[in-house]
Amino acid sequence: MMDCVEETTNDPLTAPISSPSSGDSAIEKKKPSENVSLADNSLLVDISDALSEKEKVKFTVHTKTTLPEFQKSEFLVVRQHEEFVWLHDRYEENEEYAGYIIPPAPPRPDFDASREKLQRLGEGEGALTREEFLKMKEELEDEYLATFKKTVAMHEVFLQRLAAHPVFRKDAHLRVFLEYEHDLCAKPRGKMDLIGGLVRSMTTTTDEIYLGATVRDVNDFFEQETSFLQEYYSHLKEAVTKVDRMTAKHKDVADAHIKLSSCITQLATREQPPTERFLTRAADTFDKCRKIEGRMASDQDLKLADTLRYYMRDTHAAKAVLVRRLRCLAAYEAANRNLERARAKNKDVHAAEQAQSEACARFEQLSARAREELIDFRSRRVGAFKKSLIELAELEIKHARAQQELFRKSLQMLKECQ
Amino acid sequence: MSEESAPFSSVDINNENRDDEDLFASAVQEVSLDPEVNGVRDGLDKVSLVDAQVTTTSSIGSPIMEEIVTERANNIIVTVTEPQKIGEGMSSYVAYRVITKTNMPIFSKHDFAVLRRFSDFLGLHEKLTEKYLRSGRIIPPAPEKSIVGTTKLKMASTPSTESANGNSGSSSLQSQFVERRRAALERFLNRVAQHPVLCIDPDFREFLESDTELPKATSTSALSGAGMLRLFNKVGETVNKITYRMDESDPWFEERIARVESLEAGLRRLCGACEALATERRELAARSHEAARSIAAAAAADPHAPLSRALSHLSDLHEKIEHLRVEQSNTDFYVLTEHIKDYLGLISAIKDVFHERVKVFQNWQHAEMQLNKRRENKAKAELANRPEKIEQASNEIIEWESKVERSHNEFDTISRVIKKELERWEEIRVTEMRATILRYLEEHMKHQAQSVRYWDAFLPEARAIK
Repeated sequence: MMDCVEETTNDPLTAPISSPSSGDSAIEKKKPSENVSLADNSLLVDISDALSEKEKVKFTVHTKTTLPEFQKSEFLVVRQHEEFVWLHDRYEENEEYAGYIIPPAPPRPDFDASREKLQRLGEGEGALTREEFLKMKEELEDEYLATFKKTVAMHEVFLQRLAAHPVFRKDAHLRVFLEYEHDLCAKPRGKMDLIGGLVRSMTTTTDEIYLGATVRDVNDFFEQETSFLQEYYSHLKEAVTKVDRMTAKHKDVADAHIKLSSCITQLATREQPPTERFLTRAADTFDKCRKIEGRMASDQDLKLADTLRYYMRDTHAAKAVLVRRLRCLAAYEAANRNLERARAKNKDVHAAEQAQSEACARFEQLSARAREELIDFRSRRVGAFKKSLIELAELEIKHARAQQELFRKSLQMLKECQ
Repeated sequence: MSEESAPFSSVDINNENRDDEDLFASAVQEVSLDPEVNGVRDGLDKVSLVDAQVTTTSSIGSPIMEEIVTERANNIIVTVTEPQKIGEGMSSYVAYRVITKTNMPIFSKHDFAVLRRFSDFLGLHEKLTEKYLRSGRIIPPAPEKSIVGTTKLKMASTPSTESANGNSGSSSLQSQFVERRRAALERFLNRVAQHPVLCIDPDFREFLESDTELPKATSTSALSGAGMLRLFNKVGETVNKITYRMDESDPWFEERIARVESLEAGLRRLCGACEALATERRELAARSHEAARSIAAAAAADPHAPLSRALSHLSDLHEKIEHLRVEQSNTDFYVLTEHIKDYLGLISAIKDVFHERVKVFQNWQHAEMQLNKRRENKAKAELANRPEKIEQASNEIIEWESKVERSHNEFDTISRVIKKELERWEEIRVTEMRATILRYLEEHMKHQAQSVRYWDAFLPEARAIK
C-alpha cells in the first residue's frame, strides 16, 4: 500500500502537516547562493512528480529553458535514481571539470527502515489495540512520506545545482539526461557492479593515500585545505550519525505517547462520567503532544541532520577536487621528469617540453579553479548553516511554544472539568 | 471433624495454635480496638445521618458518603524529611525525620517531630495490618523492602550522618533511591493519617509522638525467620485464593471485585506505557549528549569563527537539553509511574481485604455446616432414642448456633466496613488521580517553557553568523 504513494512535491495542498519540513523548504535551504545567481531563468529544472514502485523510484524531471541547445522549451522525462548517479559519474570522469566541486550525487532512495518498521508493526499487531495500531501505522506512513519527499528533494537539488552552474549547465550529458525521452541504460547495479564499485572505490582510496604520501604539495593553501576537509569530513560524519540517532529516539519518544494515551482512554471507559471525561481529555492531550513531539523530531532531522549530511557529502566532493589536483600535480611532476630525461638523452626534447608546459598549464589552471571553488564552498557552507540553524531554532521555539500552550490549555480545561 | 482442622484455620499460620474459641476471642478483641464494629459507631452514624437529613445536604445521598465527609475533618499533615545515614557498613541505616502538624485533640501537641528508621515504618504497617485487616480495613501499602538498594546504600562510603541527598554524581542514584523511598513513606503516613480509624490507633500515635526509640521490629527484616514465615503464609493464602471460589451473594461486591480487577489490569498496562516513555526519554537524553559532543567536535574543527561559535553554542544547548530530557523523564517516572505503582500497591491491599471477607465467609459456611451436622446427629440420636446423645447434641447445636450467628454477624460487619472503605477509597482515588495528571501536565509545561528559553537564547547566536 505504501509502495504507490504518489506525491507532487510542489503542490502546497498535498503538503501535509508533517512537512512544514520536507519538500520545498529543503530545496531553498540547500542552495541559497545558487538560487540568487540564477537570475536569468534560462534553464530551470524541477521534479514535478515522483512515483515509488517496489524497488525503484521514478522521478519525472521537468525542464523549462530558453537555451538554443535544447530542441524544445519545455519537456518532461522519467528518470530513475541510477540515472542520476550515472550523470554524476559523467561529471566526475570529465577532466575539464577536475577543478570544480561536483555536486554530490543524491543518496539512494532508502525506504527500508520505514518498511521494516511497518512489517514489525504488522507482526506485533496482537500486542496493540486496534486504535494504537492505526495510530502507529499513520505515524509510519507520515514518516514514509517524509522520507519520500526528502529523497525527491535531494534529487531535485542535485539537478538544480547543475542547471544553475555556469559551466555544468552546458554539459552534453546533462542535456541528454534532461531531454532524451528513453532510458539511459543506466541499469540498477547488479552484484558484479557493486563489487566493481567496491574495487574502484578501494583503488581510489589507495590512490589517494599513495598520492598523499608521494606527492609533495608546495602550496600552503591546499595543504591546509586538505587537512581541514579531512578533519571536517570525519567530524561531520560523526555528528550526522549522532544527530540521526537522536532524532530517531525522539521519534520513539513521540510514539511512546500513543500507548500512554490509549491506556488512559481505556481506563476512562471504566470510570464514572465526570472522571471519564477528565481522562479522555487527558488522553487527548497526550495524543496531541505526540504529534508535536513527532514534528519536532522530523524538523530536527530536516534542519540539523540533513544540513550536516549534505555538507558532509559536499565536503567529500571538495576533497575529491583536491585529490584530482594532486593527481594532476603528479602528472605534472612526471612530465617534468620526462623532460629532464629527454634532455639528458637529448631525444624528443621538443615534445617533452610541450607536454611539460601543457601539464604545467593544466595544473595551474586546475589549482586556480580549485582555489576559487574551495573559497566559494566555505562561504556557501556558512550561509547554508546559518540559514538552517536559524530555521531550526525558530521551529524548535514554535514547537515548544505549541506544546506549552497545549499543556496550558488542557490544564485549564481539566481544572474546569469537574 | 474436629474444630482445629477447619479448612480456613490451617491457612493462617499465625492462627494455627488457636482453636475456634480463640478466633472468636480475637473478634471480641477487635471490637475493643475498632470502635466501628461495635454499636458506638453505628450510633454515631445514625446521628450524622439525622444531621444530614436535617441540614438536607441533598447532594450527598447515601449515609456512607455523609460519613466520609464528616471524617474528612481529620486535620493532620505528616511530612518526612532529612533522610540521614546513621552508622557505617552493614549495620548502618537511614533515619527519617517525621514531622507532624495537627489540631486533633487526641494528640498532646500541635506539632512534633521524631526520628524513625525504615524498619519502624514497616513495623507500623505490620501492626496496623494485624489489627485492622481482619475487620476489612484497607491498610495503605508501605514501600517495599529493597535489599539491593539498601545494601548499596549501606556499602557507600559517604561520611555517616551526612545527608544522603548528596549532590555528587556518584551518589545521585542512591539519593534517588532514598528520595523515592522518602516520598513513599510520606504518602504511607498521610494515608494512614487521613483514615478515620487508623489515625487514632495508639500504635500510630506512638509512632508519630513518642520520643523514645521504638522497639526494633525484627520481624520486618526480609531475611529473618519471621520474614520467611510471612512468605510461607502468603503462599498458603494464595493457594487458598486460587482454590476457593466463593458464591457471591452481594451484587455490589460482585461488581466491585470485577471493577477492581479490571482497574488493576488497566493500571498495569498504563504503568508499562509510562515506564516505556520514561525510558525512551532517558535514552533520548543520552543521545542528545552524544550529539552535543559530536557537534562540539565539529565546531572546534570549523575555521569560520562565527559559525564555530554558533555551533559550540548549539552543542551547549544540546547539553542543556540533555538535562531537560532527564528532568522530563524524571517527571514521567516520579509523578506518573510512581503514582500508578502506588495504586497497584493499594489495589493489592484492597484485594487482601476482599480475601479477608472470603475467609470470614468460609468461617460462616463452616459453622453452618457444623450446625447441620449436629442437627443430623441429634435427629439420629432421637431416632435411636439415646437420651444422653440427644442431650449432648442439643448442647452442641446451641453452641454452633451461636457460632453461626457470630460468624454471620462478622461477615455482615466486614462487608459493611469494606463497602465504606471502598467508597472512601474510590473518592480519594479519583481526586488523587486528577491531582497527579494535573501535576504531570504542569511539570511538562514548565519543561517546555524552559526549552523555549534555551532556544530563544540560541536564536541570536544563529543570526550572528556572518
